[in-house]
Amino acid sequence: MSENNPFPNENNTGHFWDDTLRELSNDPPGWWRIGFHASWLWCIVYFFLYPSLPTLDLEGYTKGSMGWTSVSEYKEDLAKIDQVRQKWEDRINDPETTPAMILADNELRNYTVRSAKVLFGDYCSACHGSGGAGNSARSATESGYPVLADDDWLYGGTIEQIQMTITNGRKGIMPNYGTRLSEAEITDLAKHVVALSEGSEHAAGKELFMGPTKGGCFACHGMDAKGMDALGSANLTDAVWRFDVAGGDDHRQASALHTIAHGVNSELIDKASRNAVMPAFGPLGTRDLGAGTIKKLAVYVHQLGGGQ
Amino acid sequence: MSQTAEDQQAGGEVDALYAESHEWKINVGDETIHAKRMEGRFRTLKWWAASSWLLFFFGPYLRWNGNQAILFDIPGRQYHIFDITILPQDVWMLSLVLLFLAILLAVVTTLIGRAYCGFFCFQTIWVDVFTWLEEKFEGSPAKRKKLDKAPFSLEKITIKLKKHLLWVLISMLTGLTFVAWFTDVYQLWVDYFTLSASSTEWGVLALFTVGTYVLAGFLREQTCFWLCPYARIQAVMLDRESMIPTYDFNRGEPRGRLKKGKTIEGNGDCIDCNQCVAVCPTGVDIRGGLDEGCITCALCIDACDSVMDKIKKPHGLIRYESIDALEGKVVMPLMKRPRVLVYFVIMSIAFVGIIYGLMNISGLDIKVLHERQPLFVQLSSGAIQNKYELKILNKTHDTMSVTIATEGLDGVELVGADEPFLARPGKVTPYTVYLRMPRRALESSSMPVYFTLVGVEQPELSAKYKSMFLGPR
Repeated sequence: MSENNPFPNENNTGHFWDDTLRELSNDPPGWWRIGFHASWLWCIVYFFLYPSLPTLDLEGYTKGSMGWTSVSEYKEDLAKIDQVRQKWEDRINDPETTPAMILADNELRNYTVRSAKVLFGDYCSACHGSGGAGNSARSATESGYPVLADDDWLYGGTIEQIQMTITNGRKGIMPNYGTRLSEAEITDLAKHVVALSEGSEHAAGKELFMGPTKGGCFACHGMDAKGMDALGSANLTDAVWRFDVAGGDDHRQASALHTIAHGVNSELIDKASRNAVMPAFGPLGTRDLGAGTIKKLAVYVHQLGGGQ
Repeated sequence: MSQTAEDQQAGGEVDALYAESHEWKINVGDETIHAKRMEGRFRTLKWWAASSWLLFFFGPYLRWNGNQAILFDIPGRQYHIFDITILPQDVWMLSLVLLFLAILLAVVTTLIGRAYCGFFCFQTIWVDVFTWLEEKFEGSPAKRKKLDKAPFSLEKITIKLKKHLLWVLISMLTGLTFVAWFTDVYQLWVDYFTLSASSTEWGVLALFTVGTYVLAGFLREQTCFWLCPYARIQAVMLDRESMIPTYDFNRGEPRGRLKKGKTIEGNGDCIDCNQCVAVCPTGVDIRGGLDEGCITCALCIDACDSVMDKIKKPHGLIRYESIDALEGKVVMPLMKRPRVLVYFVIMSIAFVGIIYGLMNISGLDIKVLHERQPLFVQLSSGAIQNKYELKILNKTHDTMSVTIATEGLDGVELVGADEPFLARPGKVTPYTVYLRMPRRALESSSMPVYFTLVGVEQPELSAKYKSMFLGPR
């Protein structure tokens, strides 16, 4: 090929196609070579500056002269975020600050709500559902978990009462009437409870409700059946059911029947008793979240829809 | 007798042009172009067009109500244009502005070719200014070429150094001015001189200084040939009806040099003096027809006209003309060309949109987020409650109190908005409100409801947002 090169003086490689198409052996452009050499020079510099090579024992690695690690960079960034949050956190953690004061300050409240959303997801939503939507029972014998976004509160819906509930937990008790009342009497009572929530009453059931010897539900639920915050007894006259069953109103009588027969949190004497315990998240609980976190959660729960 | 003397004088001038004509070569990228500068209509026009860039340099110093009149505040996410504050929420208008400008570029290209390139492009203008300075320091193109080839000497270095120093200064001023559109210009000067500017400010300054210096000082027309995407796009938007600087080959060909001040019998008007190549800042030969390097700056028209004066021929051997006209075809009237009409319609739509946007830009805006978890809650009264987060945007410069109301849904009760809300200036302030409705009043599981927002002290400022009220089936 190259013996009969038709372009002898042009620095070609001697490869020809179609008579004139040929490969030249020019040097690469200057800018390209500068880029190439700069690249490998930078590689060497990089190996000295940054962690790059495993050490011979395969246990460690070269640390690099800058001391950079991805973890430290992450921590620095985290510290920056914490610094931004600090002024809000300081105000929330100040023992002088009450949750009511947080609610009154729209900016602080907004910060608290956004910050508490994550906390609520961590500690509360497993039972109460995200956004405090609650978890309804699937059958009349199950207990479910209460909705926090409505305005019905067993232990009161003021910000202080909510804070108290989260700090110390709650465990209301209702005796099991299955052993003291006949099945017909319990059915009458259940019918009365359903009627109460619809704004009417059931005569036979009401008699038992107010009865001084049998029943006597008024002792805890009140003469007006509206419940008492101090005891955590449910308001039976409103439309919200603590032991509601998902899927509708048809199950209400069955649900009331079960509650009356087996009680609440009386599992020592009745295995079928409903279980409805709110754990403590304060110093008395198995895990103390700290006053600041509890304040945040109280504010968050309060603004879900039913705070008073 | 005097006629002959004049002829001889003209012949002498033309001879001088021939004498230098070997200097003017078509640009193949191997040598720096040193274009000849010549007075003329289009040269003057170019200076006027170039001076529109003074707005770029002086714009940031304009004040309005104590603030910079035009400020693109990127960290603050706000654009201030005199009285108007544009927030990211109004960004749809920016897309219309971009559409308008893009189509403007297209329509101008269709009509008169790459007028943007020739008269307004920063690359062209800066190169023009840089080479103008070069001529001031180093002299005519011939002298410059000689100086370039000359060996290093103190004199050469002194001349070159002065020129480069001035170039760098202009480049730095360009960079500083660019940054000044994004931050307060007076503070910026202070920051640069006290070395307390931010790293971004230094970075942009460095980038623009180096960019301007290299692009306008060294790469010059190579930028138009190899780097600029607009040059490629614009060139394909031309059609046979576009008016662009064109060599009238009917009149000019066959070209040939004068013999003793006279055109040889049978030759056209082009005397092959190469002056059109001499003045071309991108070094193309317009006589070869439309060239990818031609930025339609029309300086060759000035050059050719001056030669036509010398040889007593009419102007316009090179002139703004369309190919169709040159070939003797009927040229379509402007408003009958489909391209022009389509472009015009798009431009009008964009323009009307921008005007509508600017007229309707409200000082207040509201977005409503419906709570999704839970969608609704039944209250103890049996009523259904929905939770909403209101995001109130206050585009004015003062804190504003606003009242919230609902519209379009009867029997609904708004909770949590008894007191007017305070909306912080230039920011989004979130508030939470609830809507309640007796279950019996619910007509369906999903009903539209409007939130309205009105300024307490500025009732003319209002905003409205459509949301939904959800309930059980």
